Amino acid sequence: MIDEVTLVASITVFILAIFLGFELISKVPPTLHTPLMSGANAISGITIVGALFLSNTEFNAGHPGLAAWLAFAALVMATINVVGGFMVTNRMLEMIAGKKNRKRGD
Amino acid sequence: MVNPVVWDIGYLVSAALFILGIKKLSSPKTAPQGNRLGAYGMLLAVLVTMAKMQNEGIIGIELIAGGLAVGTIIGVWMATRVEMTGMPELVALFNGFGGGASALVGLSEVLDRMASVDGIPTESVDLYATWITIGLSVLIGCLTLTGSLMAMGKLKGGFYIPLTKKDDRGRSKWVNFPTWGPPWLNFVKGGLLVASFVLIWLTIQNPENKDFVYALVGVACLLGIVFVLPIGGADMPVVVSLLNSMSGIAAAFTGFVIGNNVLIIAGSMVGAAGLILTFIMCKAMNRTLTAVLFKSFGGGGKETVTRTKVGSDPEEVAMVCDGISKCVIIPGYGMAVSQAQHAVKEFADLLEAQDVEVSYGIHPVAGRMPGHMNVLLAEANVPYEQLIEMDEINSELPECDVALVIGANDTVNPVARSGEGPLGGMPIIDADKARVVVIIKRSLSVGYAGVDNDLFFENKTMMLFGDGKKMMNELNAAFKDL
Repeated sequence: MIDEVTLVASITVFILAIFLGFELISKVPPTLHTPLMSGANAISGITIVGALFLSNTEFNAGHPGLAAWLAFAALVMATINVVGGFMVTNRMLEMIAGKKNRKRGD
Repeated sequence: MVNPVVWDIGYLVSAALFILGIKKLSSPKTAPQGNRLGAYGMLLAVLVTMAKMQNEGIIGIELIAGGLAVGTIIGVWMATRVEMTGMPELVALFNGFGGGASALVGLSEVLDRMASVDGIPTESVDLYATWITIGLSVLIGCLTLTGSLMAMGKLKGGFYIPLTKKDDRGRSKWVNFPTWGPPWLNFVKGGLLVASFVLIWLTIQNPENKDFVYALVGVACLLGIVFVLPIGGADMPVVVSLLNSMSGIAAAFTGFVIGNNVLIIAGSMVGAAGLILTFIMCKAMNRTLTAVLFKSFGGGGKETVTRTKVGSDPEEVAMVCDGISKCVIIPGYGMAVSQAQHAVKEFADLLEAQDVEVSYGIHPVAGRMPGHMNVLLAEANVPYEQLIEMDEINSELPECDVALVIGANDTVNPVARSGEGPLGGMPIIDADKARVVVIIKRSLSVGYAGVDNDLFFENKTMMLFGDGKKMMNELNAAFKDL
């Protein structure tokens, strides 16, 4: 249920977070553009929370229908986005920082 | 029962971690920590969600755990397997998954509500708010999914058709990814966008009718494809960045749908940050976002090269490089493809042993994504201070003895200064101002933008034809033999 109060509160949060996002990254060196894009992309995988809730309610609701499997697909995709995104960003940043784990002699 | 406030506080902490994470990601020293904070924030959000569901009674735990496990395995596999050259494609793909997930959440929610009698909102505020936010998350999510997949294909340049007859080198048939955009396509895009809004409005008018929802999915997917279809060349990273911004917005609308603040905060923050990054990239290329999106760039009619140039051999180049005092290395996508960064670094070390001043000129859009070259060179242990940005290196190039261009083309094409053609107005690295220009490239063929390069044919230019890594190694060997 979305009533007037929650709607206005949500829109407030939405607008304020947009301004926050604009202010957060006004100055970024070009080196970090790709890692930043990739890291921000991993954070946008937060939709995983929505996928979790929906998977739960859908599979709770007796025999799972199309909606349930869509939620399941969403869960898998969001998880790939989150896990892969943070790992890839980490790999890039490790290279930029020059900290390489080449201990195994390769 | 646990007090619901506990969950909200958990989400709040996770949102704060995201904000700190993005903030720290924008500075070189704190960036790895920023990424970790973001990951912790995500882990916390997932754990809070699981705890909350546990508290409210969870049944499908096997499937949920299975979904998380499958996603984790695929994600880890992709992230560890990818070569640094393939990074931009992978970012585009992950981005598409994020958008797709948001769209599917919206779709699942709307189908679920339509399935039950009391699921469809009756009160007008509830009806409008729910159906509009669901519609927008489906629209933007689907658009992001298909758009990102297109962008991925274009960054790759094409793909092998599986199961076709192999050629003599054991490869399947290769098709180039199309870039096609007559001016009227903009009207198609506009039409599809209007159609999507009309469909959202129709779902509000007929909240029981699933057909409008399915139609919306179809139209949005199509819009994503035609949106990216005409865009090519060096504009691709800008589009990926814009799509990244949109996947954030899609997540934020999903947050409206399920009434969760952490989605709204993280999503809209990423949306705004992605938009800023998009503008920064446009500025680096001296193009406006509207020009990128609505005037097709390069890739269309490729010029065919009719002129010829005699190639030099590594020994000649090594002799030229002997006894110089300043060398600027200008890398491009070709260096990434041939994995030549270590050989390039070795060459720089050889020069530095002779007290030659070596620096690297990094074009903002060299490679397929901003920072692509920096990542690769950092991998080869090139000191951060030697990577010089375009404006700064251009003031040094007139005093430079040798400019070594490896695998770059459009970013050093002097035709850009004329302000005409697909490259017109794009700032370039003034490699042609150096005393001698050495270009390592496989052929004289045109670059990503499909424009012929006069620099190749100048008298002071020495062409080393061949694979970047192979030529660099030969050059290093020749230099050592001097």
